[in-house]
Amino acid sequence: MNAFTTVTSRAVPLIRDDIDTDIIIPSREIRSVTKKGLAKGLFAGWRYDAGYEPKPDFVLNRPEYAGAQILLGGANFGCGSSREQAVWALAEHGFRVIVAPSFNPIFRRNCVRNFVLPAIADPVPMAKVDGPLHVDLAARTISGGDQTWTFEIDEGSAEVLASGLDEIGRTMLSADKIGAWRAKDRASRPWIYLENRA
Amino acid sequence: MTFSFPSSPRTLFQKIWDGHVVDGGTDALVAIDRIWLHERTGGVALTSLAESGRTIAEPANVFVTLDHVVDTLPGRTDETIMPTGSEFIRVTRDAALAAGLTFFDLDDERQGIIHVISPEQGVVLPGVTLVCPDSHTCTQGAFGALAWGIGSTEAEHALATMTLNLVRPQTMRISVGGVLGGDVQAKDLALYVISQIGSAGARGHVIEFAGSAIEALSIEGRMTLCNMAAEMGAFSAIIAPDAKVFEYLNGRPYAPKGSDWDAALESWQDLSSDDGATFDAEFAFDAADVAPMVSWGTNPQQSAPFGLAPASGKAADGDARSLDYMDVSANQPVAGLPIGGAFIGSCTNARFEDLEIAARVLKGRKVADGVRAICVPGSGGVKRRAEDAGIDLVFREAGFEWREPGCSMCFFVGGESFGEGERVISSTNRNFENRQGAGTRTHIASPASVAASAVLGRIASVRELEELEAVR
Ligand code: SF4
Repeated sequence: MNAFTTVTSRAVPLIRDDIDTDIIIPSREIRSVTKKGLAKGLFAGWRYDAGYEPKPDFVLNRPEYAGAQILLGGANFGCGSSREQAVWALAEHGFRVIVAPSFNPIFRRNCVRNFVLPAIADPVPMAKVDGPLHVDLAARTISGGDQTWTFEIDEGSAEVLASGLDEIGRTMLSADKIGAWRAKDRASRPWIYLENRA
Repeated sequence: MTFSFPSSPRTLFQKIWDGHVVDGGTDALVAIDRIWLHERTGGVALTSLAESGRTIAEPANVFVTLDHVVDTLPGRTDETIMPTGSEFIRVTRDAALAAGLTFFDLDDERQGIIHVISPEQGVVLPGVTLVCPDSHTCTQGAFGALAWGIGSTEAEHALATMTLNLVRPQTMRISVGGVLGGDVQAKDLALYVISQIGSAGARGHVIEFAGSAIEALSIEGRMTLCNMAAEMGAFSAIIAPDAKVFEYLNGRPYAPKGSDWDAALESWQDLSSDDGATFDAEFAFDAADVAPMVSWGTNPQQSAPFGLAPASGKAADGDARSLDYMDVSANQPVAGLPIGGAFIGSCTNARFEDLEIAARVLKGRKVADGVRAICVPGSGGVKRRAEDAGIDLVFREAGFEWREPGCSMCFFVGGESFGEGERVISSTNRNFENRQGAGTRTHIASPASVAASAVLGRIASVRELEELEAVR
């Protein structure tokens, strides 16, 4: 279900450098104990006025970008704290691709972990194209209208995205090895396994 | 071509690492023996795991308690001063019980700060790998365990598989030779080391603390020192376990018993760095150079002996901003500045020995007017032991509040605070901006120094308190 192949969607241009995690989701918007319900707080500082009404001129509020799955950002996207809520909020809002000239490394890893593609492209394809962009992970390309751009992603992250298996799922592929290690360990360090506790 | 012989000398860390690698080399899948969770991040990990339909691999080896957002006022309930805190408590409790995990609830006498109760219960043991979504998990390295803080998603991974994917950290040895002075506590040593190597000085490393001054430390002192490794940027810290550790753990509820104990003890004998083992980095200090310390700035590196001015240390980026936030001057020692608060608590310094030492300072003395003084024992066990020894009375009679166990005012998440601009001396580990409340100015020091300062109403060491009284 999470396996990433291609995405075709309108792209929301939010091209500013140093968009930090506190801008993506202000800490006051993180009220819950779950990963869910964060989309409402996405870009809250820019998106809502003092009365928490959507500002019509903010790009995310414009009707033509409703349901968009691609976000175009500036350099050093996702800097600031390591809060994973930033990615959870973006993903819950529906973004599957973020295109930026550079990303904060922790944010980038958090993206991959949540099956959001952090595509490094410099310059960012400015969608002069008044239509959808098409992102192809295997080809590492973004195309729109008659233009095509390339983007970068490290091989390991691309594999993770293409597999659609989260880290636990990938580790489970080694279940046999883990089981064998445990069996041996149970014999040599039985006191580690507290279910055996008398 | 290089050959590596099985007999080549290894560090203590390397032995534990080698013993836990399930697959891989420097980039490895590592087996986890023990997991601790708390309500601030544990609830979300448990619910998210359950939502994904996965189960917990070894529920008997997972422990859960409430420490971060719970109130510490007497008569507390699930309702918290911190807004929405009760939701964290309930979600965590429900998820922990539903998953069949060992859970120490608010009314359980074993409840307390994880890094205090884990050793009390014998959950941490020499040679184990132990993880918890909390950056001060390194405290438990004092028992010769490899214990480190993880993120919430990593916690899910550990719960589901009892493994973590890890890039092998680097190693660093910090040796402290000689003997610490009589009025110098482990906290002073920790602040001294941080002031020397810097708050990022051990980034990505597992620090092994070694040398005569470390061997001479009590178990509790070793925990204080390892706790502060987080303030050096370390991956974790570890101390080779010795007879003191074995004696401490023997008979604890979750420690091995009978023939298991004998076998475990036997296996722990090898848990030290071999002669000739090499570390990626080494530092050596002399215990004689360490004096009682107090922080003047907004990270623990910005600390100095009581009588010395901030400018006596190494200047660093950000000093001006710190001086400004703390409202202190570069050329004046912070000793002598009037305080409005004194706090003894946290996983750094709220164990029995800490309270006992502070009580010795407080006995027959009174907290100065205008100082709000609070003591929060680190666990139900510490609290009870202190009450049995009459230590709570010493605190109360001196004018300290005597609280229920928890993290309390070690950190501010919207609950209680000392207040804007208030100057506080605290036995905690972080003097960051706003750590103990919006605009609160925190000076960190040992519990003895906090007690002495509370009595004098200004930042002071025990030595100063005693000298003053001798003159009177
Ligand atoms: S006492 Fe403070 S440092 Fe320790 S775990 Fe609690 S909040 Fe963290």
